[in-house]
Order: sequence, then C-alpha cells, then structure tokens
Amino acid sequence: MRITGAQALIKSLEMQGVEVIFGLPGGAILPVYDPIIDSPIRHILVRHEQGAGHAAEGYAQVTGRPGVAMVTSGPGATNIVTPLANAYMDSTPLVVVSGQVATGSIGTDAFQECPITGVTMDITKHNWLVTDAADIPRTVAAAFHVATTGRPGPVLIDVPKDISNAQMEWYWPQTVEDLDLPGYHPNIEGDPELVHRAAEMILEASRPVIYAGGGILKASGAQALYELAVRTGIPVVTTLMARGAFPDSHPLCLGMPGMHGNYTAVTAMQRADLLLAIGSRFDDRVTGKVSAFAPGAKVVHVDIDPAELGKVRRAEVAIAGDARAVMEEMLEALGSMGIGPEGSAPESGSPAARRPDLRPWISEIRGWQERYPLTYDRSGDTGVLKPQQVVESLRDAAEPGTIVVSGVGQHQMWASQWWRFEEPYTWVNSGGAGTMGFAVPAAIGAKVGRPERAVWAIDGDGCFQMTAQELVTASAERIPVKVAILNNAYLGMVRQWQEMFYEERYSEVYLSPDLPDYVKWAEAMGCVGLRVESPEEVGPAIDKANSIDDRPVVVDFRTDAFEKVYPMVPAGHSNDDIVVSPTEEGAR
Amino acid sequence: MTAVEYGQPVGQPHPLHHILSVLVENKSGVLARVASLFSRRGFNISSLAVAPTDDEHLSRITIVVDVASAPLEQVVKQLDKLVNVVSISELAPEEATERELLLATLSAGPLERGQIVQLVGIFGGQVVDVGADAITVVLAGAPSKVDDFEDLLRPLGIVELQRTGRVALPRLHRLR
Repeated sequence: MRITGAQALIKSLEMQGVEVIFGLPGGAILPVYDPIIDSPIRHILVRHEQGAGHAAEGYAQVTGRPGVAMVTSGPGATNIVTPLANAYMDSTPLVVVSGQVATGSIGTDAFQECPITGVTMDITKHNWLVTDAADIPRTVAAAFHVATTGRPGPVLIDVPKDISNAQMEWYWPQTVEDLDLPGYHPNIEGDPELVHRAAEMILEASRPVIYAGGGILKASGAQALYELAVRTGIPVVTTLMARGAFPDSHPLCLGMPGMHGNYTAVTAMQRADLLLAIGSRFDDRVTGKVSAFAPGAKVVHVDIDPAELGKVRRAEVAIAGDARAVMEEMLEALGSMGIGPEGSAPESGSPAARRPDLRPWISEIRGWQERYPLTYDRSGDTGVLKPQQVVESLRDAAEPGTIVVSGVGQHQMWASQWWRFEEPYTWVNSGGAGTMGFAVPAAIGAKVGRPERAVWAIDGDGCFQMTAQELVTASAERIPVKVAILNNAYLGMVRQWQEMFYEERYSEVYLSPDLPDYVKWAEAMGCVGLRVESPEEVGPAIDKANSIDDRPVVVDFRTDAFEKVYPMVPAGHSNDDIVVSPTEEGAR
Repeated sequence: MTAVEYGQPVGQPHPLHHILSVLVENKSGVLARVASLFSRRGFNISSLAVAPTDDEHLSRITIVVDVASAPLEQVVKQLDKLVNVVSISELAPEEATERELLLATLSAGPLERGQIVQLVGIFGGQVVDVGADAITVVLAGAPSKVDDFEDLLRPLGIVELQRTGRVALPRLHRLR
C-alpha cells in the first residue's frame, strides 16, 4: 500500500493506540494535518504550543500512557521546548511531532527553520530527524518504545515537509528488533543478590524509612509499595512526585519530605538508620545540604536509571531496576526470611523473628507528629482568607478520586501539604523543572485522560497569567476543568524568599489582585467566573463550582498576601535547621 | 607481537587521565550528542578521535578525559543512556595500547634534511613530502613517544604541526 509520509505518520500513531493529540498546525506540518481529518484520533487545538506540551504531560501523568503533541517548525517547535524540559525532569513519557522545513532547505535559514533536534538534544530522552519517508513507521514505533520503557521521558520526531509529502510503502514493525535501537536495553529486574542483601538490611534496621519517589508511580508500583510498607511496618515518606503512591490516611504515611515537607517526614529521614530510596533521586529539594542529610542512615537505592545510583548519595546497596519489579523481588526475599502477610507475626526461628523492635521508632515518630503537626493560623480573626483554608475546603468538598493539578510556587506546596492523596495518579504537578504556568494546560490534559474524574487545578495568580489562554481551548473543546486561583497578588514564593532572606526588600514581585479581573477574564474565555473575598464565601463558591459540569470554572480566591509556606528548610541548609511555622512554635 | 614495541607511557600514568572507548551507531548527529553530554556535565574532553569500525553501522569514538574517577562514573552512566551509544569501555592507560599520529612540516633546505631524516629514522617515522626548502614527516606511535619526537623536532624549525586525537584498544593477554 503506497501512502504519503504524512498518512504513514498518522497511521503509525493509530497503530500505537493514540487517542488524542494536542497540537497547533502551521506551514511545515500542514501535510500531516490533512490526514488527521480522516483519523479516529481526537485532535485538541491549543492556543499556544506550550499548552499542547503541558496538556500532553497532564494526560500522561494521570493515564500512564504517553502524551502526544504536534507542532509546526521554528517557533512552533521552540514553544514546546519548556514542556520537553519539564517532562525530562519529571520522567514523563511524551511524544512530540514537529514539522521541519523541506530537507533541501535545511541549513539555509529558511522561513520558520529551527534546528529543533539540536535544541532539544539535552532535554529529550532521544530525538529523530526523519530523512526518508520509509523510516516513519519504524521511527514512530521506536519513539514510543523509548518514551515509555526504562526511565520514561520525552522524545521528539522532527519531520521535514517533503518527507511528509513523499510516497512510501506502508509496513509496521513487528518486534523490538525491528526498531533499529542497538544501544537501547533498559533493565527491569534487580540483581537477586543485591535484593537479598537489601532484605537483610531491612531486617537489621531499627529506624527504617521508605523514601518513596515518583519512579514508583511510573512503574505502577503503588500496590507493591503498600505491601512492602505494611508487611514490614516501615513508615513511608512520599516525595512531591510520589504524592498518592501511598495513602495519606494510612498510619505509616508520614507525608511529604523536603524543603517544605512536614516536620515528621523531614526529621524521620534525618534520624533514620536505613533509608529505602525507591524511585527517588535525592533531589536537592529533598536532601537540603547533602553532607548533612540523613547522616546516620545506610541507604538502599532502587532506580531504573543506573545513572541515579551514586549520583548524589552513595548507597550501601544500589539496585538498578524497575521499582515495582524490585519491590516484588524484595517482598519475596523477605517472605523467605520469615516476613508474613500484613499483621502476622514473623515465623519463629526465622531471621525476621530476630528483627529489632520497631515500636520505639514508631513511637518517636508519633511524638513528632503530635508536637509538630502542619498548622496555620485558623483563627479567622482578621477576616482574611488563608490559602491553606481554601485547599482544605476544596479537599473536604471533593468527591473521592478527584485529580489535583498545580503550577509552581506557594500554592503548589500548600496543595501538596493540605490535600489528602488516597490513590495514585491523582496529583499532577511540575516537580523537577518548576515550570510556572503548568497547571491550566496540564489540568486540561488530565481531564481529557480521565474524563470521569473531577479535575481541580490549584493555581497561583502568577502562574495562571502565564497559560490561562488554554481555558479557551477547554471551553471550545468542552473540557470542564475547574481552576482555583490562590490570588495573593504576588509572585508569592519569590516574595517569601525576599521577606526571609533579602531583608523584606521586595523586588518585582507585586502583581495586583485586580489586574487582570480574573472573573471577567474567565467569562471572556467561556468559563464561569466566581470571586471569593472572605472565609464565609469559600464553601458556597466551591459547591457552586462543583455543581457545574458543562464548562470550565475559575474561582478567584483573594487570599492573604503575607502567608508563607512552612515548614521550610532554608536553601543550602541542613534539614536539621527546619523552620516550623510560628503557629507550630506556639503549639510546642 | 609488536603491540607493545614502542612501549607504554613511562613513569606513573596521570592519575586523572581516562580513556573511554565508545562504540556508537554510525549516524549523523551522534558525535554532537556525545560531545554535548560532556559539556553539559562540565567535563573537558582532552582529545577525541572518531572513525567507522569494520562494521559500517558502527563508529568508535575514543575520548581522553581528565577527571577524578567518581565524576567519571557519572559521565559513563550518562553516556550509556544515549540511545545511539552501543557500548562503552574504559581503558586504564596501563591496560591499553594507545596511538597518536603526528604530521609536521619543517623548514629544511638540502643541507638540513639529513639531520631530520636521521631523527625520523630513529623514531620509525616516515618522510612523506619533500619540497625545495621544507620537508613533511609523519610518526604514529604511543603518545609519550610522539611527545618526545615533537620535542626533538621543535628546535629544527617547525612550520606546521598537527596531531590527531588518541585511539586505543585493550591490551591483549598473553600466556606467560
């Protein structure tokens, strides 16, 4: 069957099971947009290519399937560079197809020419410039294989216009060997000897902590994590990327560690004698000053990416493998050492029976939880609306399984701290890259991926202004996301740092609560716009927002501009220097 | 067995000197990916040689890099993640046969040629071009030997000199 390269490209996406493409057409990608008309794949026309990329990320994060975005050459392609960098940092599987000028024009500074494979070389897992239409099916199949296996990540396929127009004989590669990837062999299984050694260390530890990272979610490992935690009785911290991987309501869940983690999660890691780091990467926002991080802990580090092992902290046992596969191997090894099902006593005479008693450790942890709970000033004396109260009210009114999406900054930390994540894939945010403006388009992608779920974007006013135009996309495509703007009229996190570390010299952080008028803006974009100025208006506004399911809703919550995120470990300090909120101090 | 005829570098090898032999797919852009990875991680490539292997689908990049071993481990692991990189081996200097090539043009009239030809002969090099008042010589050898040759050539009036990056293969095990 002779078809064009463009037809082969769309057909290849269909073969991969793609159900939706987020994109925006232009000159060089024109040939590829023609067969989209005849394809069952849904195309969602964004208003800016950055929106296409983040929407594809949101889709990928909630479905576990790769997100797909399509853009034209030149500025179309450069506009999606930020989402590629973001997806690379957060290991999100993304396949971006970009148009390119005709092969004969490459290198001539042609109209809308940009060497996007060169630009994105260091922020994609791999990229391809297609130079022969016959390569298209194989390249697409290879791109999806690379994006979704091993440590997932974004890939880009750059397709010159003449290649899209050229004829080719259709085929579809049948096996991985057909993909021409001689240097790509991701490892899955952990080395059994190392797993055995890790299991022994688990049974030797008296102050163990599971340091659960986003890799667990990438590996569909939440169930294995649950088994590992409950069968061993080891408490779990869930990093920003792993919120939801272990239920917040479980007594063993200590919540989020790190710069704005809660006191107990941070301190338990500092005092641990064993850290089981699974799918986590000792990010600087978690460790604080590395040399002072968890000084008494031996480390078992499990990661599918061997380059993460030993990159920041040398592990006593470093296991390269898929988080889920290795946890299952660990459970088997622990079983053979006498660890039974949840709640059962260890087999008598087994190594597990000689295990140190964890009760003193758990009781020490309970002490921290009682003395230093997350708090904020709830008195409401001033009549000022606290951002944390908004998050709590949204949480309490949310139906189970609601997906929460955030941008980057104070609102992100409050959302992560104050929401209660009970199941995996209900939390979508920009972790490693810290991309402001992520929330609105990512929420759209999440809602497209899980249309049966309620999707709330908890956004900041600064973030919202970066990508709000995608609410036009949401209205046009009938994607009823809800956006809560925690409008404190500032670039709040920067303001917080200027207050704390720059002697309250506020440089270029004021945004104004009224400019723009968020309600009018929302209405202009086809959304319902609501405004909340006092604590008592919160509940009714949220109820109204939750009752609307035929269009997007934006709620402008006017929140306290002076509220800061606590606890906080100042950058570059030891986690022992954690600063709790003034209200926590009072409770001591 | 002539593999070690010219000997290995004399004395202690430089402690930070590492040779990476990287087998890559012979495709456009692969060298850029490899080089970019080094610059992104803040490492300076001290020398580099790249050429196709006996298999036309593969090229070998030989990289000499000066770093401590801990960061090198990170570079090797990151390199290994490049989809086009098929395999990497690190060659310890004492475990490798290394070669570089030197081409030099020296200003030399008929009277000075003899001295140069004699030196070239001692080192096992070759005269590859002769002009009225200049001579071009070539030497392939272990890097330290090429260094020595260059030092001895220098007072003889170098007009132009070009050295290649280093290429290396593992030394062979012998029966003893």
